[in-house]
Amino acid sequence: MNMQTASRLSLILLLAPLVLWLLVLIILPHVDMFLVSVHEKIAPRVYEYSTANYAAFFTEPLYWNTFMRTAMMSIMATALTLVIGFPVSYYIAKMLRGRFKNFLFLLCLVPFWVSELVRTFGWMILLRESGVISGLLQSLGLASQPIEMLYNDATIMVGLVYTSMLFMVVPLVSTLDSLDDSLVEAGYDLGGNAFTVLRKIIIPHAMPGIVSGCIVVFMLTLGNYLTPVLLGGKDSMWFTQMIYTQFITRFNWELGAAFGFLLLALSSLIVWSGLKLSRQTLTEAVG
Amino acid sequence: MTDAIETTNAFDLECHNLIRRYGDFAAVDDVSFGVPQGEFFSILGPSGCGKTTILRMMAGFDRPTSGDITIKGASVINVPPNKRPVNMVFQQLALFPMMTVAENIAYGLVRKGLGKSEIATKVKSALDRIGLPTSGDKNINQLSGGQKQRVAIARCLVLEPAALLLDEPLGALDLKLREHMKVELKKMQDQFGTTFVYITHDQSEALVMSDHVAVMNHGKFEQIGTPQDLYYQPDTAFVAGFVGDTNRWHGRVESMDKDGVKVTSSDGVSLLATPAGSQPLVKGGEVDIFVRPEQVVISTELDRIAHLDNAITGDLMSILFNGANSRALVRDRQTGGELDVALPQTGEFSHLRQGQEIHLGWGMAQAKTFSGTGEIS
Repeated sequence: MNMQTASRLSLILLLAPLVLWLLVLIILPHVDMFLVSVHEKIAPRVYEYSTANYAAFFTEPLYWNTFMRTAMMSIMATALTLVIGFPVSYYIAKMLRGRFKNFLFLLCLVPFWVSELVRTFGWMILLRESGVISGLLQSLGLASQPIEMLYNDATIMVGLVYTSMLFMVVPLVSTLDSLDDSLVEAGYDLGGNAFTVLRKIIIPHAMPGIVSGCIVVFMLTLGNYLTPVLLGGKDSMWFTQMIYTQFITRFNWELGAAFGFLLLALSSLIVWSGLKLSRQTLTEAVG
Repeated sequence: MTDAIETTNAFDLECHNLIRRYGDFAAVDDVSFGVPQGEFFSILGPSGCGKTTILRMMAGFDRPTSGDITIKGASVINVPPNKRPVNMVFQQLALFPMMTVAENIAYGLVRKGLGKSEIATKVKSALDRIGLPTSGDKNINQLSGGQKQRVAIARCLVLEPAALLLDEPLGALDLKLREHMKVELKKMQDQFGTTFVYITHDQSEALVMSDHVAVMNHGKFEQIGTPQDLYYQPDTAFVAGFVGDTNRWHGRVESMDKDGVKVTSSDGVSLLATPAGSQPLVKGGEVDIFVRPEQVVISTELDRIAHLDNAITGDLMSILFNGANSRALVRDRQTGGELDVALPQTGEFSHLRQGQEIHLGWGMAQAKTFSGTGEIS
């Protein structure tokens, strides 16, 4: 065996797991899913090619509305996570030094040692009618009867932001960490106030972190199932819930698969326009 | 130096009894000085002596524990950095990488609220003055080290500050560029006529460029003076040892009269020297003696140095050839101590060989004696 075939063999062996993973776990299921989505059941065990599933989505307002609502709520949750996460990250990355900094960073991670299901139940214990906060308000005399704080959009939003926070803070802390303190000082020294320094120096520097944090948070929120269903209840109207219903309750895999593809198209479209608006490229944001 | 500070009006920038403590440690310990309009003033000191702290207090990034800083006669202690009429050139320059060269220079002008066309004119003239007329649209990382330096300075000077504060800006450059930038900085200062306050640990930077230099150590100013003063009339042992190269002995005062002192060095040589510095010498007290390499007369014949107050016979260890700054390292036969001697540029000594017997001598006036404990502080 000569050198060239040896090096080619090792390249193939190195790439094999990656290619297999992509092919078996991502490409094949999606191809199959797409094939399912363009079929229509016309009689028991009789299927034919059709775009009826996609047509159903656009003609039925419930599907369409749920879809738009999910997108809007996800964008809002992403924006809120950014607004709350940015000062937190700035504080961790720039105001703190040494051990306390690592400690606070670790503290952001701690909730994620518990599964999302348990964390969401934690919120339910706090917020339900017979829950901790309701009881506290009553014993303080601030409320005369039990208050139900679950099953509304605000609660869903709180849950989504809470779940996503870490994925915003990690990329932000790492980009802000690389911001040289003297750039901020120079910004002030040359006459800038806190707002101009933030707008002209800190945010442009943190842009790759902001974009990658937003992409991850948006994707996670859009595809989240547990939080909207548990905190929002039956009427949470989350698109993933609708997909679940088609697959599991209605056993209509064809429509469910079509919904899945529409969700993929939607998230890709929103991420693409977000990148265009912020004048960033995907490689820049992830790399 | 203290009496000069009384005449307040002549100074652009003044510090009065400035103190900055971190816990029990005084980083800056009761420092007072004034910088006249248009002067190039340097603070020279080893790293950790507190010079950066002084500069950061002047810029407004740090607050003195006590004392006052005035700019053109008005106290600026309670003025935030973005409102102070001084600007700073940072050690790592801190040019904004997210902006072009022109945007970097325009940054401060925009913050001042100047009109668009006025900003454009000022940026253009600044770019012309620093010799980068076509680089306005370039990115910062497309510039060379020296060009970045000039942009960083121009970015401050377009704002016409009362003083420009420079925090070792040449430290990051390679030797050749550093030599070139020394001359260029001095030229820029003449051209703009702005007061420069420059801090450095490199004595050659301070000596070459400055009108006045303050030598700082352990949070205090040891001496303020012209580069010539510091070199020829040091006030303290630290200044004598830190500014310029020097040979040094440590010893005890044997006897004193009105002409000079007789000292026995710790390695047993008897030396004649002149008292210097403000602290009086006492008989039996510990002293340091300093002799500059160029003040030592070198000869291969004993007769030539016989008339001098101090004479040493030694062996030539090596010649450190460096063109006009060539040196000879001579080992004292009696004590084994090494002496650094400048070689005259007559070519007379080009034939010296290693191990050759060498006679060294110097006058009493050239040997400066300071009372001290022998620690290099």
